[in-house]
Amino acid sequence: MRFRLSAEPIAPAPLAAALRDPRAGACATFEGWVRVRNEGRDVTALAYEAYGPLAEKEGDRIIEEARTKFGFIAAVCVHRTGMLQPGDLAIWVGVAAEHRGAAFAACRYIVDQVKGRVPIWKQEHYAGGATGWINSAGAGAAGPPPPG
Amino acid sequence: MKTIQVQYFAILREQRGRSTETCATEADTAAELYAELKARHGFSLPAERLRVALNDEFAPWNARLREGDTLVFIPPVAGG
Repeated sequence: MRFRLSAEPIAPAPLAAALRDPRAGACATFEGWVRVRNEGRDVTALAYEAYGPLAEKEGDRIIEEARTKFGFIAAVCVHRTGMLQPGDLAIWVGVAAEHRGAAFAACRYIVDQVKGRVPIWKQEHYAGGATGWINSAGAGAAGPPPPG
Repeated sequence: MKTIQVQYFAILREQRGRSTETCATEADTAAELYAELKARHGFSLPAERLRVALNDEFAPWNARLREGDTLVFIPPVAGG
């Protein structure tokens, strides 16, 4: 029932298995994958970096908020750090609840809030060697502008 | 004069060229210290785009700094 960071590849099957509960009638899961194309540029790799102690505190708070808002039986969220390739799993969220409405809603809430609040950053690496920190663009060190 | 440990992440780490530094400063608040460091190191992000964490918890910009505090200026996050 918590948020954690992982420097190793995420294995969804054991995470989903750990959510199993005879009271649960629904399990919603979300997988966020590294996309090869972002805002018109070819991405060769994504480097994820986290401020560990605060990321885990804030992630746990988000899961607790989701429990208060929607109610669920069990939930977990794992976020990768380190260098990822296109197609790699970057974030996995799973929520088991009595009914599907709460499972979907809590799963969505956790993903959205993690993206917006948890101190994790990603740096895109582009074909040709340039790099850029997502959301810090326009800050003067985000590599050359996209073509066109 | 007090000693503050500053940790850098993402674009700030890159612009500073290191992950941590020990700052001897007269700054009383996180805002004052960021202004000082921004001027010294040429950080591109204005304070308005950052958040502050003091001793591993979010804190307001006007939080008072004390000897030995650990401070992080948090660039715009981008998880997921």
